[in-house]
Amino acid sequence: MLLKVNLVSAGYAGQAVLRDIRFELPAGRILALIGPNGSGKTTLIRALSGVLPVVDADLHINGTDLSSANQQERARLLAVVPQSTHIPPTFTVDEVVMMGRTPYINWLGSTTEKDMQIVENVMAITDITRFKGRMSGMLSAGERQRVILARALAQDTPVLLMDEPTSHLDLRYQIEFLELSVALAKEQNKTVLIALHDLNLAARFGDEVLAMKDGTTAALGKTEDVLEPATIERIYGLAVDVFKSPDNRRIVVIPK
Amino acid sequence: MPKLARPLILTFTILLAAMLLSIGVGSIFIPIKTILTTLWDALLGLPPATADAEKLHIILLTLRLPRTLLMAFTGAALAGSGAAYQGLFRNPLADPYLIGAASGAGLGAVASLSSRWPSNILGFLAVPLMAFIGAVVTVIIVYSLAKVGKTLPVTNLILAGVAVSSFATALTSFLMINASGELRRSLVWLLGGSNLAGWKPLIGQLPYVLTGLAVLIAMSYRLNVLQLGEEQAQQLGVNVPRSRTIIILAATLATAAAVAFTGIIGFVGLVVPHIMRRLWGGDARRLMPLSIIGGAAFLLLADILARTLMAPQELPVGIITALAGAPFFLIILRQSRREVW
Repeated sequence: MLLKVNLVSAGYAGQAVLRDIRFELPAGRILALIGPNGSGKTTLIRALSGVLPVVDADLHINGTDLSSANQQERARLLAVVPQSTHIPPTFTVDEVVMMGRTPYINWLGSTTEKDMQIVENVMAITDITRFKGRMSGMLSAGERQRVILARALAQDTPVLLMDEPTSHLDLRYQIEFLELSVALAKEQNKTVLIALHDLNLAARFGDEVLAMKDGTTAALGKTEDVLEPATIERIYGLAVDVFKSPDNRRIVVIPK
Repeated sequence: MPKLARPLILTFTILLAAMLLSIGVGSIFIPIKTILTTLWDALLGLPPATADAEKLHIILLTLRLPRTLLMAFTGAALAGSGAAYQGLFRNPLADPYLIGAASGAGLGAVASLSSRWPSNILGFLAVPLMAFIGAVVTVIIVYSLAKVGKTLPVTNLILAGVAVSSFATALTSFLMINASGELRRSLVWLLGGSNLAGWKPLIGQLPYVLTGLAVLIAMSYRLNVLQLGEEQAQQLGVNVPRSRTIIILAATLATAAAVAFTGIIGFVGLVVPHIMRRLWGGDARRLMPLSIIGGAAFLLLADILARTLMAPQELPVGIITALAGAPFFLIILRQSRREVW
């Protein structure tokens, strides 16, 4: 088991936002994280990445206990693609991607040949090589999102957490971005957790689904077991129909 | 590493030219050749050959050279800390004034000047010390007022900075009005422009400025990563609270040392980093050294104007930095319409 999460509670001093979340995820698998606004999806990602002040949890990646790892060691195990696509605009694209190497390079930021190669490689994978040398401020939201993905890949971590990475993208870019992420997870054997608003995207890309409500687990399991009318109505308070897509390969969720 | 050689050579050439101009221009014009030979002779310990040469020697070594160096280091300190504050708070308006460092330093310095304490013990070194204490206390107050839990929202920081700055400035004014004997001295000082002659102010500020700027240059890469935002920097493995504290302390130290001997000189810390960022990008490993050199050149040129425009009367250099800096800044802003923040 690659990513093991056994979270008792997490939140801020005197106020727990999350409680009782347990799951295990092997390498190369994708967990879609769904739930209504305010259900704690982003907070869970923050708790796992160590930026939440209070976390009472047992977290392991490849057997390493995250609670005994410092921030730098954690950054070598786990990378985050945040929801925001903000990049400081006066940095060039390759400078931003190179920042993904921060957990490996010294505090002066001196890079080696290996770092350069990794950056070149992830820029090729995410198809942003042609933006090399360009200021990030001149990119569109979709292009910036790919730069941020490249930066997270440059971190070279076994686990990748993505917080609604497609919320600023149009339909085509949503699919392209997620297909790219999934392909990478499979090829590089990464464990990926993606928070998604769109249930159809979750159905399409998740191997498993963790549904959250009020900061705790509402349902966890195989995609077709979680994404069924009764569970969705219980979580979102909305009656839905669930169909098979015409090619019979995917689930489609439509509100009644 | 970013390409640094070309912009570095360019700004450094401008700085050298500004230094020679600053040494040469004044009540008596000294040509470059004379400057160089006099400096060379002084360096070798040769006595001046003629009475005229001795006069030049005195003007150069006791007036022009220390003044030039003082202005250069002050400009470097203000622009370097400006670049640090702007990057750290991810805000184009952040500069030594906005977050209260400069007005706190001003209050500390005026308090020290008007009470003559602890200058009876420490001599002229008391002023930078009190300025630094004033600046650090102000920044700590601003910081703790703006803090929400473990985070530091930029809006809060700026609101707290403006409020605490105004308070410190009001206290400074109050002290100045009360200390009648020192009133003129403090007032001239506060408008910017060194009214202290000789090497003392330079010796007083140099250790603080050099320490502060050296730390800022060393922290440049950390500063880059911090510009992604607190959370993302942390997720990349940076110890955010520690890096931020080191950068704030270093920038505040440099600011306080600058303010302590040359008063409040606005606009350098705001404009110079912006110009450098527009021209050569935001990577702090490039931006920091370029802002430091550019700030030195900028303040020297402003000081030359302050000394010559209404000669023999000397204008406070703060007036020139604003008068010249604002239009120049706006031209740069109009020319490159790229989004920078």
